[in-house]
Amino acid sequence: MSHTFLLEVGLEEIPAHVVTPSARQLKERVETFLKDQRLVFNKIDTFSTPRRLAVKITGLADKQNDIEEEAKGPAKKIALDKDGNWSKAAIGFSRGQGMSPDDIFFKELKGTEYAYVKKFIVGKTAAEVLVGIKEAVTSMIFPTMMRWGNNDFKYVRPIRWLVALLDKQVIPFSVLNVQTNRVTQGHRFLGNEVVLESAEDYPQALVTQKVIADAAERKQMIKMQIEKLAAQNNWKIVVDSDLLEEVNNLVEFPTVFAGSFAEKYLDIPDEVLITSMKDHQRFFYVLDQSDNLLPNFVSVRNGNDEHLENVVAGNEKVLTARLEDAAFFYHEDQQKTIEDYANRLKKVMFHDKIGTVYEKMERVRSLCKLLAAALDKENKLSKSEEKALDRAAQIYKFDLVTGMVGEFSELQGVMGEKYALLMGELPEVATAIREHYLPNSSDGVLPESKVGALLAIADKIDSIGAFFASGMIPTGSNDPYALRRQALGIVRITLARNWNFSADSLQKIIVQNYENEPILYKNIKPTENYDEMGAFIVERVKKLLSESKFGFDVIETASGVSNNSFVEMREAANILKSHQNDNDFKENIEALTRVLHLAKKAPNDATQKIDTSLFENEAEKDLFEAVSKIKVSGAATNSLEQLYAALGSLRPLIDNYFEKTMIMVEDEKVRANRLAQLLELSKLTQRLGKLDKLNVK
Amino acid sequence: MSEKLSLQDIILTLQHFWSKQGCMLMQSYDTEKGAGTMSPYTFLRAIGPEPWNAAYVEPSRRPADGRYGENPNRLYQHHQFQVIMKPSPANIQDLYLDSLRALGIDPNEHDIRFVEDNWENPSMGCAGVGWEVWLDGMEITQFTYFQQVGGLEVKPVASEVTYGLERLSSYIQDVNSVFDLEWAAGVKYGDIFGEPEYEHSKYSFEESNQEMLFNLFDTYEQEAKKQIKNGLVHPAYDYVLKCSHTFNLLDARGAVSVTERAGYLARIRNMAKSVAKVFVAERKKLGFPLLKDEKLRNKLLKEDK
Repeated sequence: MSHTFLLEVGLEEIPAHVVTPSARQLKERVETFLKDQRLVFNKIDTFSTPRRLAVKITGLADKQNDIEEEAKGPAKKIALDKDGNWSKAAIGFSRGQGMSPDDIFFKELKGTEYAYVKKFIVGKTAAEVLVGIKEAVTSMIFPTMMRWGNNDFKYVRPIRWLVALLDKQVIPFSVLNVQTNRVTQGHRFLGNEVVLESAEDYPQALVTQKVIADAAERKQMIKMQIEKLAAQNNWKIVVDSDLLEEVNNLVEFPTVFAGSFAEKYLDIPDEVLITSMKDHQRFFYVLDQSDNLLPNFVSVRNGNDEHLENVVAGNEKVLTARLEDAAFFYHEDQQKTIEDYANRLKKVMFHDKIGTVYEKMERVRSLCKLLAAALDKENKLSKSEEKALDRAAQIYKFDLVTGMVGEFSELQGVMGEKYALLMGELPEVATAIREHYLPNSSDGVLPESKVGALLAIADKIDSIGAFFASGMIPTGSNDPYALRRQALGIVRITLARNWNFSADSLQKIIVQNYENEPILYKNIKPTENYDEMGAFIVERVKKLLSESKFGFDVIETASGVSNNSFVEMREAANILKSHQNDNDFKENIEALTRVLHLAKKAPNDATQKIDTSLFENEAEKDLFEAVSKIKVSGAATNSLEQLYAALGSLRPLIDNYFEKTMIMVEDEKVRANRLAQLLELSKLTQRLGKLDKLNVK
Repeated sequence: MSEKLSLQDIILTLQHFWSKQGCMLMQSYDTEKGAGTMSPYTFLRAIGPEPWNAAYVEPSRRPADGRYGENPNRLYQHHQFQVIMKPSPANIQDLYLDSLRALGIDPNEHDIRFVEDNWENPSMGCAGVGWEVWLDGMEITQFTYFQQVGGLEVKPVASEVTYGLERLSSYIQDVNSVFDLEWAAGVKYGDIFGEPEYEHSKYSFEESNQEMLFNLFDTYEQEAKKQIKNGLVHPAYDYVLKCSHTFNLLDARGAVSVTERAGYLARIRNMAKSVAKVFVAERKKLGFPLLKDEKLRNKLLKEDK
């Protein structure tokens, strides 16, 4: 006969974002427990509300599977004495297993024969086994754990009740002083406790007590009520999935309701209104059919629709107070000029060890000029873009000290754009101010304007440079200033625009800026931790490439030369990947790798000229001429595809060269000359990355 | 909610309610502070093994929040109703909800939620886990299980319930500005606090003597450290509170740069941590007199320092 088991952990309100992952975790732990215990089941359903995490297991077996197990004892030569009688060791072993020496048989294991006995273990009943499921409850791990009362035990929130029911039977165990029972709790205000007769009664028995324990069902109720409300009012209600998930985990019984605010507040920018509603109050905002924001909101009550008018009125009052504040800031902020705000940034620290935000803007402004100058011909800024970039860089952080951003910090940049336009700045300037924060997540949107893209790169590379120079280098999961995200942002913008920046060129621009205007760098020296910073940025390129499904060795190869531009790194990866399955790929790479390895022995001072008079065989001459030809034909400026083809064509010459030529000869002059020749060739391969990292086995 | 409670009725109701739950009614502590948590009736008593159940009104000064009495919801000084129960009772949430019922707020007629909000006061070495309580979308209470106070593990755990009296009263009396609240029959909040709000804002933002305040901070700090050494916990703690308030005044004046800010907060934190340690040591010398469980008491007294 199959059984049903219910396990419910009753808690004080769990943080909304923790509910769903915790339900999943409980399910996994229970599943592992049952498998370890050889207790067969059909299905595990999970249930979760702010006050409970539960699993219901159906199709559960009566008892554990019986098992026949072989127990290994001493080696045969120890188990038997000289006369072939059982030794003490053998007798002891069989007794220890509850058997006699007659049960022993021999079996070979890795060339040695050992004594074994066969044991038959009768499975325990489900009821016996399930007592141990306590472990699944107590071993749960949460992002924040707490203690309560007199206990040292830590959990997400205090445990207030436990239900453990196998069909109609309570499985007894306790956590702290909470003993399992058949009693669960209804809604905090609208329900009573429920005595469950059987595990089967869950979760239906809770519905009458105003608890919808099935999270998916609860979410569906919210969605349907929202749709109904939208249809009734001819609204578009914007249902953000994260917000819906959060709201769903703040209620046990959802009732959707709508409220409104005075139309005059619609003068405030939409972003401010939406932030107030969505982020601060967890409201859904409402649009008309042409996507204009309406003075309405939609929220979800934890309860039924009785006395809903109180709830509506209360929520309207709270939102109105927030909007009143926002309206005040919006008005007040416009009484000052951008220059007023920019000057106030002289008193705002960017970081103690680095300097003020104003100083950062000054550095970024001159960096922008250098970056713009470094762009290749086809990507140069127009005169008007240059002007816009300079103006934007001069003021781009001004909104940080406005009242609105002080209150709604998440609107930095957004308010900068709004205020810049209101205060008479050009649209290109205003847009760049907003866009310099982009991308604001690892897959966030990139700046759309060229000016915004350049300002974004300048701002980010300045931050990374300043933190590295001050020794604040991210380690492990410790990256408080999100430098990884910013470095990734730089790489993504550069790649999307096919710009020619490399980690090295960006760093050199910082150093140049420092040399031009040392006064802007009074607390920092950008030459400090220079190599670490370069490696850090290249690491982001690798990360990005690995997400595009390039092989590990291709990524290591393509990103191996830090003065390669990000675009070239990507291109090299593409080319290597596309040729990886060619018939001659292995041979080509092996030949070049041989060159690279030997070239490493050459003194890397590049002063050694290749002296053709020291050549002793034709192979040397042939290779020299072929390499010179590639150089003359402009392999450095040709596409990487052409370079790969040219290098591939050298293979027979290289093979022949090594066959005929001994490199590490006694004669110093000849040896140096040969190494110089190999070094020259190896430099030619560098644009494809570090080819010796390729796995061609 | 047919008849509207005055603010003082609300205080009286809460006092009556929590005294029935076994809380001692303490009085507001007479040194300036930024929150009810900083009263020695919470900060010190939360530490150590002795049980402690208390409730009190605490006027809380936050100079930077002053708005010259012009903003309907922001104040230089607001009032908190503070409840501290150690060890945290198993039914503390139910007790809290009953206190709302006592104020005429029937949970069935509203939407009450416990929304995650973990509390931290780094300048006093405090951290806790809990919620803000929403009443129809308005935050009316901070609810915390203290995990750490003054850098020490809180054991047993103390539960703290802090009602924002102005917020709660604004809701109960249905007014849009705290200055329109009725404190007692016929007297408005603004009648009492309007003028001080303006004057304290003017003082904090424009008139305070920065040099004097910087000097005071140093003087208070020296005295606090000296009295910590002397084992005089309560005088020492008073000076820590004075340091904290003096710093808040300087901060409101914009006299402390961000760099210096971290330094000042660290100085306050270090003092708070030392006081916390000395407090436990001194209570131990006294034999943890509030601990009525003899076995536990003897065990803890035998433990090494």
